[in-house]
Amino acid sequence: MIAPALFAVFAAIAVVSALSVILQRNPVTSALFLVVTFCSLAGIYLVLHAEFIGMVQVIVYAGAIMVLFLFVIMYLNLGRDIETGLQIALRRGVGWLMGFALLAAGVALFRHPWAAGPPAPPGPPVGNTQAIGLLLYSRYLFPFEVTSMLLLVAMVGVVVIARGRRAPGPAADLPPGAATGAEPRGDA
Amino acid sequence: MAAILDNPDLRFAFWALVKCVVILTAMLGVVSYLIYVERKVAGHMQARTGPNRVGPLGLLQPVADILKLFFKEEFIPDAANKIIFHLAPVLAVIPALVSFSVVPVGPNFTVTDINVGLLLFLAMSSLGVYAITLGGWSSNNKYALLGGLRSSAQMISYELALGLSTVGVLLIAGSLSLVDIVRAQEHVWFAVYQPVAFVIFMIAAFAETNRAPFDLPEAEAELVAGFHTEYSSMKWGMFFLGEFMNVITISSIAITLFLGGWNGPWLPDSLKFLWFFLKLGVLLFFFIWVRWTYPRLRYDQLMNLGWKVLLPVALANILVTGTVIHWLGNR
Repeated sequence: MIAPALFAVFAAIAVVSALSVILQRNPVTSALFLVVTFCSLAGIYLVLHAEFIGMVQVIVYAGAIMVLFLFVIMYLNLGRDIETGLQIALRRGVGWLMGFALLAAGVALFRHPWAAGPPAPPGPPVGNTQAIGLLLYSRYLFPFEVTSMLLLVAMVGVVVIARGRRAPGPAADLPPGAATGAEPRGDA
Repeated sequence: MAAILDNPDLRFAFWALVKCVVILTAMLGVVSYLIYVERKVAGHMQARTGPNRVGPLGLLQPVADILKLFFKEEFIPDAANKIIFHLAPVLAVIPALVSFSVVPVGPNFTVTDINVGLLLFLAMSSLGVYAITLGGWSSNNKYALLGGLRSSAQMISYELALGLSTVGVLLIAGSLSLVDIVRAQEHVWFAVYQPVAFVIFMIAAFAETNRAPFDLPEAEAELVAGFHTEYSSMKWGMFFLGEFMNVITISSIAITLFLGGWNGPWLPDSLKFLWFFLKLGVLLFFFIWVRWTYPRLRYDQLMNLGWKVLLPVALANILVTGTVIHWLGNR
């Protein structure tokens, strides 16, 4: 009885705050509403007994990614977008298109609801942290490792971009070996 | 009526509520006297007496301080973003309180023992950044903004070291539940198995709570008062409350993860919580001691320490711990 009520509360908060994200003029307020959306999604995960995913949702999205978003918005002091009429028209067109596609998908799903999944296997319930760990390191080992490679590529890319900006400085005159030795490592 | 009283859900909710009220009241009391202790200890470290006018030994000083905070005039900058300006101090207090709900104080006293307790703590500590960042931004003051930006950079950097330093403990205990972690330390504290992780955790804890020597978000010598420059009256008090609550919470987590939690000799189970409070007292004194002993780091030193020292060492610690556990398990 409590679970559906909690789901309704979290779902309502998620929908309202997700709408606010796109309806707010101030980018900082939008970002904050996105944080609220993520937190209520975490609440929904908790209602579904997916505690691990719920907490990771808060740690990764609300705690890390959105802080960086906010950091960048504040640092660049973003105001309203300055765009030409063509860009706005293009964006609106794509927006309407995507909106209709999503609406069609939603309607289709309501017409033909999902079949229920197979029932949980019998036996003592394994904590879902453990279950996710076992799956990640057995059945999904390859995608898991590929993802880590992807993150590594992104990190190396950031380092390259950060160092590339410094190249026209005084260090550019030095031979390549001396330049890499003299400069601080750009891994921050 | 009897059916309502016997409903397990409602009973659970009732007792959880009672425990929350107890913890909230206790926290507020402890925080106000922690400020008193901090001033006293600071005084004695600088060969002064500290507050001694209000009541015997100055023991009523916290009451006077709180009354003063409530009666002070509140000033809000004209160009501030009003809603966020009001929201930020609230956000400073809530995460610390929420994460205290998973701290096992004694064998019979935990608000709730969830199977992802440690993750809840990490999640809440990562949400703690918002209070300072938003407080700094919404004040519309350059010093406050700089303080807020510094804080977000600092807390993101040290969160990684903080999270990674707990992995060693997880590997040994095999559970994310803080109660299980405490029970696994019945004979030996994890600080013995994980000395490196303990040191990293404590350093990162100082950075996460913005305490000296990592109090760059306020850095009064360069940023006036940092992120709370424009705050006054009880709103400023809330930031202070949040900082001290964070110190208490993170000390409790340190005790739970590394110093054996409620475990200790002699006392029966019902009184084991006294061990917890004794350890908490020692750690809180340690926080104050460090604050009045060490000078503040420079910003680049702070970042270098976080990314180039603590993070690699924490990763190496995980590698070594994992290898040793695997080796012991295969023997």
